[in-house]
Amino acid sequence: MIDKKTGLWIYNKMNEIRDFEETAWTLFTENKLRGSVHLYTGEEAVAASVCAQLSDEDLIASTHRGHGHCIAKGAELDRALAELMGKATGYCKGRSGSMHIADFTKGNLGANAIVGGGIPIATGGALALKMQNKPNVAVAFFGDGASNQGTFHESINMAAVWKLPCIYVVENNQFGMTVPVWQSTSVEDISVRGAAYGIPGETVDGNDVVAVYEAFARAKERALKGEGPSIIECKTYRWRGHWTGDPEVYRTREEVEDWKQNKDPIKRFREYLIKHKLATKKELDEINEAAAEKMAKAVEFAMNSPEPDPAHVLDDVFYEG
Amino acid sequence: MANMTYAQAVRKVIQEEMRRDDKVFVMGEDVEKLGGVFGTTRDLYKEFGTERIRNTPISESAIVGAAVGAASAGMRPIAELMYWDFAFVAADQIFNQMCKTRYVFGGNAKLPIVLRSQQGTGRGNAATHSQSLETIFMHIPGVKVACPSTPAEAAGLLRTAIRDDNPVCFFEHKALYITKGEVPDDPEFMIPFGKADIKREGSDVTIVTNLLYVSRALEAAEELAKEGISAEVIDPRTLVPFDYDTVTESVKKTGRLVVVHEAHQNCGWGAQVIAEVSKRAFRYLDAAPIHLGAKPCPLPFNPGLEAAVIPSVKEIVDACKAAMYH
Repeated sequence: MIDKKTGLWIYNKMNEIRDFEETAWTLFTENKLRGSVHLYTGEEAVAASVCAQLSDEDLIASTHRGHGHCIAKGAELDRALAELMGKATGYCKGRSGSMHIADFTKGNLGANAIVGGGIPIATGGALALKMQNKPNVAVAFFGDGASNQGTFHESINMAAVWKLPCIYVVENNQFGMTVPVWQSTSVEDISVRGAAYGIPGETVDGNDVVAVYEAFARAKERALKGEGPSIIECKTYRWRGHWTGDPEVYRTREEVEDWKQNKDPIKRFREYLIKHKLATKKELDEINEAAAEKMAKAVEFAMNSPEPDPAHVLDDVFYEG
Repeated sequence: MANMTYAQAVRKVIQEEMRRDDKVFVMGEDVEKLGGVFGTTRDLYKEFGTERIRNTPISESAIVGAAVGAASAGMRPIAELMYWDFAFVAADQIFNQMCKTRYVFGGNAKLPIVLRSQQGTGRGNAATHSQSLETIFMHIPGVKVACPSTPAEAAGLLRTAIRDDNPVCFFEHKALYITKGEVPDDPEFMIPFGKADIKREGSDVTIVTNLLYVSRALEAAEELAKEGISAEVIDPRTLVPFDYDTVTESVKKTGRLVVVHEAHQNCGWGAQVIAEVSKRAFRYLDAAPIHLGAKPCPLPFNPGLEAAVIPSVKEIVDACKAAMYH
């Protein structure tokens, strides 16, 4: 069960992520932000519910749609937005932009612009945790599209053979760019692929914080007991296009509106918290306001941050010791 | 000093470094009971166990990716690919992940990875097990590239690679594993990266080469000596970083440059060396630099055909003579 403290933490993170993504959208439309930007709006429950159960010592590997994971894993909105804007104050000194964003000090092994690219990296993180006897787990976040990459098969098989403390979280947002899951994927529930590796696979409503939270808690417990990896498939939906310029020819406005109006993970969790008396409307409103205020400050910080100095463009290709 | 093979030198250093630092471990295909196809980890599992001498599935992307993840999380993996040709199977994890991780994450990541494998002709392994691929790793920024040509260099460069906090691609040559030489006993013996070795001093022509072709260039130098031509043979030992200074100084002395490698000639690393050294020593050149490498076709199985694709000793001799009498 989710306690009050955890519930408020998750609610806050979801709001921070939503504000961040919608602000990024606005800045992009105003030409204040450029490049490849993939927004996580509508999928917030997954990152927040999973990362609520992780410490800085736990590891994640993320995706091209990685702002949500980055923020949920502990990144601050101001430096994250500065990175999206390519500023010197960004987490990666303006070298990563949206697609490679990470605060390495928080156990984030990085957003990854190659579909499926982060899956073996999370697996290696789990290997390191196991070899160092650490009481921690690694999480690979990836989408439905990545579940058809070779790295999915190679990594999960490897983790299952070695019983690594790795949890594979599939964010099934219904589309691999423009291609619907039914057209690209041989099974309705990607979690059934767990059977191929002899590990548990579970499909949950990815817009239901409680369902994601509890499924992840089970997988984490199993991993920490040394029983090996699990697959959790979270069925969700991205409200925005694949990228900020997506003409969205592959779905209807009605479909998008239905997810927004009837399945909004933040609205649903807000109702849950109130219904179970874990929070009052006032408390939640205050969280919303605080998140909005933090976001406004982040915009100010990022807009006023300096550009990186090209004199240092060759730094950090190698560690110089 | 101890006399040992190139393969034994590799094994010795892995063993010593694993004793010294418990974060160092080996993972790869068939590294445990078999000790790798060429015995470079033979019996090490008996000392270190199968957690640290770790057999992997035949999953090259996962091997390299797991090395990236494990290194990011504090370990010092030595990941072995059975043949460098298999790097193409893991290309994304090598070039898009391993090479870029430190830079794109703002210098916050440290990746002490040694990616080891062997390459080259000489054992009839045909097109997908005989290529010489080190140039490609020199082209993409973010990884150091070491190519030992003797047992002592295998030892000294590998220790430097294992202790480096950056990804290092370590290119062994399958035909060199059985070659013998003196290797220092010192468990701290290291050869710095970016320091070329002059294998033979000479005054008329500079031959730059690596791996198996060091011995062939030395053979060519012997032939040339019979005709009164004094060839200097230089092995850069690492391509990244590359010791242009030593090569440039040599060319200033000889006035002639021949670069030969087993890697394909077209866009091979020799082209880069010629471009850079021509710029640095243009006024000293008495002849156009000459570049020899494998011909533009896949490596065939038949020994006669294979030999026809890669440069022969005679071709090296002829190239040096052409530089002399152009």
